[in-house]
Amino acid sequence: MRAGTDLIVIGGGLHGLSAALQSARRGLRVVLLEGAFTGRHASGATAAGVRSLNRAVEELPLSLEAQAQWEDMIALVGDDCGFHAGGQVQVAMDTEAEARIKARIARLEAAGMRHEQWIGPDRLTELVPVMQPGALGAAYVARDGSADPHRTIRAFRAACLDAGVEILENHPVTWLARDGSLWTVVAGGTTHVAPTVVNAAGAWGRQIAKLAGDPLDVGIKNSMMIVTERCEPCLGPVISAQNRKLSFKQTADGTFLIGGGVQGRLRPGGGSASVDFGALSGAMSTTLALFPWVADLRLVRAWAGMEAATADLLPVIGPSHRAPGLIHVFGFSGHGFQLVPSVGRVIADLAETGRTRTELSAFDPGRLATNRKAA
Amino acid sequence: MMIFDVAIIGAGPAGMQAACDLRRRDLSVVVLDEQPAPGGQIWRGVERNCQPGSHLAQGLGAEYRQGADVARSFRASGADYRPLSRVWQIEESSKEAMAQGWQVFVTRESQAEVIEARRILLANGAQERPVPFPGWTRPGVLTVGAAQILLKSGGLLPEGPVWICGAGPLPLLYAHQLRKLGGQIAGFLDTAPRDTLRRGLPHLNGALRDWKSLAKGLGWQAGMRLSGLRRETGVTQLRAEGGDRLERIRWQTPEGEKSATAGVLLIHEGLVPSVHPTLSLQCEHAWSDAQQSLRPVLDPWGETTRSGLFVAGDAAGIDGAKAALAKGALAAIGIARSLGVLSDARARHARVAGDRALSKARAARPLLDSLYPAPEGKIGDDTIVCRCEELTAGQIRAAARRGAADPDRVKAETRAGMGPCQGRQCGYTIARLIAEAHDMPRADVGFHNIRPPLKPVTLGELASLGKTKA
Amino acid sequence: MFRPLPDSPEGPTVTVFVEGQPVVARDGETAASVLLRHLGTARITPVSESPRAPFCMMGCCFDCLAEIDGKGSTQSCLVPVREGMTIARQMGARKVVA
Repeated sequence: MRAGTDLIVIGGGLHGLSAALQSARRGLRVVLLEGAFTGRHASGATAAGVRSLNRAVEELPLSLEAQAQWEDMIALVGDDCGFHAGGQVQVAMDTEAEARIKARIARLEAAGMRHEQWIGPDRLTELVPVMQPGALGAAYVARDGSADPHRTIRAFRAACLDAGVEILENHPVTWLARDGSLWTVVAGGTTHVAPTVVNAAGAWGRQIAKLAGDPLDVGIKNSMMIVTERCEPCLGPVISAQNRKLSFKQTADGTFLIGGGVQGRLRPGGGSASVDFGALSGAMSTTLALFPWVADLRLVRAWAGMEAATADLLPVIGPSHRAPGLIHVFGFSGHGFQLVPSVGRVIADLAETGRTRTELSAFDPGRLATNRKAA
Repeated sequence: MMIFDVAIIGAGPAGMQAACDLRRRDLSVVVLDEQPAPGGQIWRGVERNCQPGSHLAQGLGAEYRQGADVARSFRASGADYRPLSRVWQIEESSKEAMAQGWQVFVTRESQAEVIEARRILLANGAQERPVPFPGWTRPGVLTVGAAQILLKSGGLLPEGPVWICGAGPLPLLYAHQLRKLGGQIAGFLDTAPRDTLRRGLPHLNGALRDWKSLAKGLGWQAGMRLSGLRRETGVTQLRAEGGDRLERIRWQTPEGEKSATAGVLLIHEGLVPSVHPTLSLQCEHAWSDAQQSLRPVLDPWGETTRSGLFVAGDAAGIDGAKAALAKGALAAIGIARSLGVLSDARARHARVAGDRALSKARAARPLLDSLYPAPEGKIGDDTIVCRCEELTAGQIRAAARRGAADPDRVKAETRAGMGPCQGRQCGYTIARLIAEAHDMPRADVGFHNIRPPLKPVTLGELASLGKTKA
Repeated sequence: MFRPLPDSPEGPTVTVFVEGQPVVARDGETAASVLLRHLGTARITPVSESPRAPFCMMGCCFDCLAEIDGKGSTQSCLVPVREGMTIARQMGARKVVA
């Protein structure tokens, strides 16, 4: 049994690490419990898009805050995490997509947000010369880009250790309960006690919520990614397409990373996900239409990452209504990477003071609460 | 689409034997193999090379020539044989119509397709154990197996000062074959520990059951001595030096450091089962201390911990070609039994001969394993371990020390094992470095997760698959 | 580095083109084998741009990746020669031709 801990963070993905880091920087004594190793699941399987483009409007304040933090990542974790502001481009391949993008940009501008801009076909070709001509234009955010996920995990982990966070890997949580004002958490044969617990368990977040007596209706996504062999650098921005399943980027190593939310399969037992090549094959058409030359490239690896997903695709961020002292931060539904620095700040606010200046009502756990007995 | 009873992957001894036996029981069989002709590595090119009067076939020896008979039976078996086929993914079928079945994703002549089968037999053999040393990526350095393949498929002999360095039956056999075919060797650097007698003696009695093989091995050694070939024993700390080509090798013996000019360096430190398919299918594996490698856990019928998936031949553990034939025969019985065409009682009766043959074929194995252990010499920090991503032992050691003793974490942090070979060349070394860094047994480290595809496939091939399936 | 057996090759031969030069190959030989004896290397690595040659000859080291009949990153040790086949070393990272 350990005493003197202020905060227990469950989950060593990027959101858990960021919450732990920023809480520790404010003087809290933090223990982080990770079932496998830091970044084992969604954080290590992500395309690592740093994207404010096409964000749900509810997420935009956090996303724009994060955008600024990514530009100064060295200040937060002592490393730029491989962030490269190559821009993000969302292509309109037909008139309906064009209309949708333009309507969105108009709505954003009406609300005073000018981060997205519409670019026509010529500018698009200039930005992405390796793309097949024919697209009608695109939404573009120049300050967006992507980072190196494993470097990001390493940097956040190292910063956590520097800030005094105790990281316990191979410590899956098996039990937690609240007694008076304190939580007791059992993980990997060790017992930890603290007034506040952060549930940053990603795909396992719903299990933790249930263990804590706050069952939430959150599902699982198994988005697949594929990566090619190394190629000469030729693509700056990250490319997506309105109304299509596509995410296409070139990494600093020269490999192309192709995603877009095509779903793999959950393995029996639910502990991991596997690739469905039939589904992947069917989803190649958009990539090949825009970048026909990828047909000659070799696919070197494919994987499916497990991630919690909600019905409204918005994350669960905020204090539990039914389990006092428990703060949820999971369910990012496949687009949580960019939000890591700002959401960590929010969780540190809540852990330190119980309050935050950030509006969290759209992410309120209460909207997903299920009946305790049924759960 | 046709659903085969059995898909066999690999047309070496085990795959061919199993195909023949399964066909005799009237089961439909498809055999997928990467090579242009049957034989596997051991009998590579056997049909072409065993034409009457062939000098090459004579040089390769009687055991090689025996492969021609097996290949002939295999050709006549009625199995649907598909050479030049690269299997890149195996999945359990999700179709409800198949009570139990598998999908094999395969590319042949740039065309990808999915083959369906009720049972899978992996007879995909072994690979040479990768043992990194300074300069092992330099052109001019090849494995002994590679040189033997060049001999069998291209009729090629190495030239320039040719050095063989390593241990095990294969280098002895290859040196013997070269001698018979007029090849020149500058020297043989034996890395086996010098205390042969102490190591081998406890296993000698058992090995005598296979005295023919022992006699052959002793004959190779005697031939080498008689030929006056330079031979060094107790060799460690091999280095391959030069610029863009191998120029010089350097090594250590208990007597001191030595060096020599070299044009070709052929290395060999034993074989390890090819476990990538079974690892990617998440079958259970066990660590063999004797062979310092993983092997899939199999039941007595050759079935893995995933029902319907069988393994035979050296992919199930290194035992050689004779044992592979027996394992192929036993797996065929096991598959027939699992498909219900052979009752349990009949299957048990049918396997008696195979069990006997396997036990005899394995008799000398404990002796060989003890004589030729995997090298345990320290790998220098500047030695490349991951050939694809060009990562050194030092980089991997640093990553290993940074966190949990998990090969997947080290892979994610360093990219070691993420290149096209998917860790076939670095996986065991990474696990060994992690075990050292955390002072734990190799057996407990495991192997990194094998992500599909098993072989790189082009995105065009992948996309064409969707079109043919729709 | 390698030479044909003195009283070989038995059987037919084909002509392939290694970076433009005609080379006679034994039918049954692989593209990697031709690269090895004709040029001594198969590729330049994309990471450190160092030369590599076929190493395992059985499809598991990927150091024989070459351009065969215009198709990049082909495991040349798994490709038997064919009359008129073009074979070229793969120089570093793949080039994208849009």
